[in-house]
Amino acid sequence: MATVVFENVTKRFGGLRALDGLSVTVREGTILGLLGPNGAGKSTMLKLMAGLYRPDQGRVTIDGEEPSPKTKAKVAYLPEIDYLYGWMTVQQILDYVSAFYKDWDPARSKELLDFMGLNPTARVRQLSKGMRARLKIVVAMSRSAPLILLDEPLSGIDPPSRSRVLQAIVSEFREDSQTVVMSTHDVVESENLFADVLFLKAGKVALMGDAEQLRAERGKSIRDLFEEVYA
Amino acid sequence: MQLKLDQHAPIYMQIIDEFKRQIARGDLRPGDRIPSQRELATMVQVNPNTVQRAYREMELMGITETLRGQGTFITSDPVRLAEIRREMAGRALVGFVREMHALGYGCEEMVAMVRGTWEQVVGAAGAGGGEPDGNRGV
Repeated sequence: MATVVFENVTKRFGGLRALDGLSVTVREGTILGLLGPNGAGKSTMLKLMAGLYRPDQGRVTIDGEEPSPKTKAKVAYLPEIDYLYGWMTVQQILDYVSAFYKDWDPARSKELLDFMGLNPTARVRQLSKGMRARLKIVVAMSRSAPLILLDEPLSGIDPPSRSRVLQAIVSEFREDSQTVVMSTHDVVESENLFADVLFLKAGKVALMGDAEQLRAERGKSIRDLFEEVYA
Repeated sequence: MQLKLDQHAPIYMQIIDEFKRQIARGDLRPGDRIPSQRELATMVQVNPNTVQRAYREMELMGITETLRGQGTFITSDPVRLAEIRREMAGRALVGFVREMHALGYGCEEMVAMVRGTWEQVVGAAGAGGGEPDGNRGV
């Protein structure tokens, strides 16, 4: 399991502050929904945790350590972009990726592949967008990584694929050993998945809390709160 | 199990209510095995911790019993089951009376209308056998 702490983190791109003095603690064993419109800083937060960016100011730590090759072994990161080689088959992708990680679970990978209805011999290039998104989730969830980072796993894919992706996250998530952080601007379908939600606005925390508690206290769905925060 | 979540109230409470409803309606019977927490979470795409909380509360309320290694079962305690049915009926009644009252109907009028509607809705179907065993008694 992993606890992630952002302490007063600022990340700039040119003149733009993608994150602006952000302080957040992600508790272990949660599924945190990272919510906000495009440009709010969601992907930047995930990339800082994945160790792909360094903060300009402040500190990001995973179990007390700054992201490094050492922490990367603990982190499974699903990027938003299509990063899988098109010329490989589905099976080749899994063989290729599995070689990088000690915590790769071949049995789970096989099970997920079946669940997703992916054909192991199909070429990635020939897969539909929804099928490619399913494959990305298989890649991310086949590891027993303590920290799983999912950047817009539902974005721009067909409804059946979205449903499958959500089911795979729920069924593979191990609440006693894993922490999941997932960004999305599609709150309607995913809000039931989240134990905690973090609304980001212009690189700052607009609202953060336990999803069930927010519903109970405010009598509103996370989607309604989303509309309130970004109105 | 189908779950229509309205998301304005805590989800664990809605899960509990759905089980209570199914028990009250006789869709779930005493001693029936219910899905494991993980099965339900996957089925309805809800956070496993939320489902865990619902199951824990149901256990505390005496709605379910968990047998080690065998799963979770609806209680066979007739008193508890009768209470659940009564509770669900009470809620339906409160909603109905509030709505009718807001529409301007008085008590006697309401009772008379209920009789009439009963004939239309249940009376006709009852002849053709709406409830095969006629008794979903708990």
